[in-house]
Amino acid sequence: MIGRSGRKRMVLAADAAAQALRLYPGMAATQARALCAELVVHDADPEGDAEALDRLALWALKLYAPIVAADPPAGLVIDASGAAHLFGGEEALLADMVARLTSAGFTARAAMAGTWGAAHALARFVNAPATIVPSDQSGRAIAHLPTWALRLPDGMADALGKMGIDTVGEIEAKPRAPLALRFGPELTRRLDQAYGRAAEPIEPVEAPELIQVRQAFAEPIGAPETLARYTLKLVDALCAALEAKGLGARTLDLRFHRVDNRIEVVRVGMAKPVRDIKRLTRLLCDKLETVDPGFGVETMVLAAPMAEPLTWKPIATDLTEAPTPDVADLVDTLVNRLGPGRLYRAAPAQSDVPERSVRRTAPTAPPTGDTWPAHWPRPARLLPRPERIETLALLPDQPPTAFTWRGVRRRVKRADGPERIFGEWWRRDGEIDAVRDYFQLEDDAGERFWVFRRGDGEQAATGDLTWFLHGLFG
Amino acid sequence: MAQAGLAADRIIYVEASDEKTVLACFEEGLRHGGLGAVVGEVARLSMTASRRLQLAAEGSGTMGIAVRRWRRQAEAADFGQPTAATTRWRVTALPSSPLPAAGVGRPRWFIELIRCKAGECADFELEACDETGRLALPADLADRSLAAPPWQSRAAG
Repeated sequence: MIGRSGRKRMVLAADAAAQALRLYPGMAATQARALCAELVVHDADPEGDAEALDRLALWALKLYAPIVAADPPAGLVIDASGAAHLFGGEEALLADMVARLTSAGFTARAAMAGTWGAAHALARFVNAPATIVPSDQSGRAIAHLPTWALRLPDGMADALGKMGIDTVGEIEAKPRAPLALRFGPELTRRLDQAYGRAAEPIEPVEAPELIQVRQAFAEPIGAPETLARYTLKLVDALCAALEAKGLGARTLDLRFHRVDNRIEVVRVGMAKPVRDIKRLTRLLCDKLETVDPGFGVETMVLAAPMAEPLTWKPIATDLTEAPTPDVADLVDTLVNRLGPGRLYRAAPAQSDVPERSVRRTAPTAPPTGDTWPAHWPRPARLLPRPERIETLALLPDQPPTAFTWRGVRRRVKRADGPERIFGEWWRRDGEIDAVRDYFQLEDDAGERFWVFRRGDGEQAATGDLTWFLHGLFG
Repeated sequence: MAQAGLAADRIIYVEASDEKTVLACFEEGLRHGGLGAVVGEVARLSMTASRRLQLAAEGSGTMGIAVRRWRRQAEAADFGQPTAATTRWRVTALPSSPLPAAGVGRPRWFIELIRCKAGECADFELEACDETGRLALPADLADRSLAAPPWQSRAAG
């Protein structure tokens, strides 16, 4: 990639193959051509790059977090506070982001830190697909990074290098006044931004097609009741805007612009497109307690980054039929409160091994009607992992006459079995010969247990004849 | 659950991190009114919490069942204290129905109605669900005249 910087044509970017030939960004174009005769050269297109980066920022806005901005030349900055829970945590959010970008053909690295400056430095100078640093340790994490990581103007990092300052931590350790005198205010400003001593608001990207409503206040507001009241007003206005387009919201962002130039955000997600004022207000107001209004909020903005066509369907086809209750709103409320993966339905999976025969599906997935075979007894509670028990049993296929579980010895009164379950050799090599013999045991008091023995009692390859308790019947 | 006659498609499971969240979700489910029944597993159930649940259940007509289950005895220090629930049951396992051959027969439960608002306490011996999900009285008891258990309990503890 060759472009014009000032009056000189120079290499602006080089791919891995070119870098292996010792071509690097900043080299004169003529020199690069001299080094390699078959060089494929493209002219740089800065406007196109910026446009593509803005499109990528919009994509991230729809998918990840309410405050996203392009960080040219090749970065996105995302304020993920209050949005990471929708992905099940910060690690999951970054992993998902990197995986999606990689599958789209980008090379992506992500970092999360307390400040924009620190995250910017970590993403570019730490060689890992995803880095997460707690907010209070951002300063320590960037101390060993080179001075280039600080987003300094051209040439300043080189000048610092001539003075013998190579890392961010060394600048931080130096007295500030001489540095400011020598390099101007820019250096100390960038340093303060990276260490979180100076605020650096992110100006979020906004799309013209984005449906949003805003409310500015003459006097800053801060009381929770007032915030809730204006939330209702904004939802009302947003629903009117959505109705005009025949859409329903899938995600909602409520941004609170505070007087001290910070933005607090609430984001809620819905399983299906929704345009119900009461429901949306309820979801947003549930989250209002996480908002810190500080010295007051001067503008509230409500946006629907993800909106889908909403189709109405009749509640009941005739008057005699009872309407089927819709639990989608309850599911939304609970998912937004607990996070994803905490609400699920059980569905059968194709496996005879008990712990693999259940899989989780989304609570709103269409019903399959599948069920488990009814003729094999299965306990009401399956232990997360089988627990070792001490038993007294006859080989090869007699149930135990007594066993000790969690320190309590129980005598077996009645027993049923064995039910033999073979290992699934197509999943793991270790299961080729594995056999489990399941027994149903009942003790003196009538409590019933589901235990198994590893191995068939005749061939040593099938298991080591240890006994495990795997479930409890109701 | 499926073997007791409750189809897997009709149950939504909720996992919560602590008891407080469980109770909050429990109440949310009861207030919604579109669910058949809400079952919550809690160790502690204070008077205040059970009163909230009871009011939520009365408001929507949804049946709520709080199952008291605990790992350590200390977690259930308030077990036996009064709650606002309409009925309170205790279920204990009994030796299963005898079979002519060796093996485990149909499970039996001993069910005590410990407390019932405006009603008498009682206890029953029941045989657990069969393939169609029906409970039964044991054969040796079935001929005796016994009032049908009031299944329509609300927020039983």
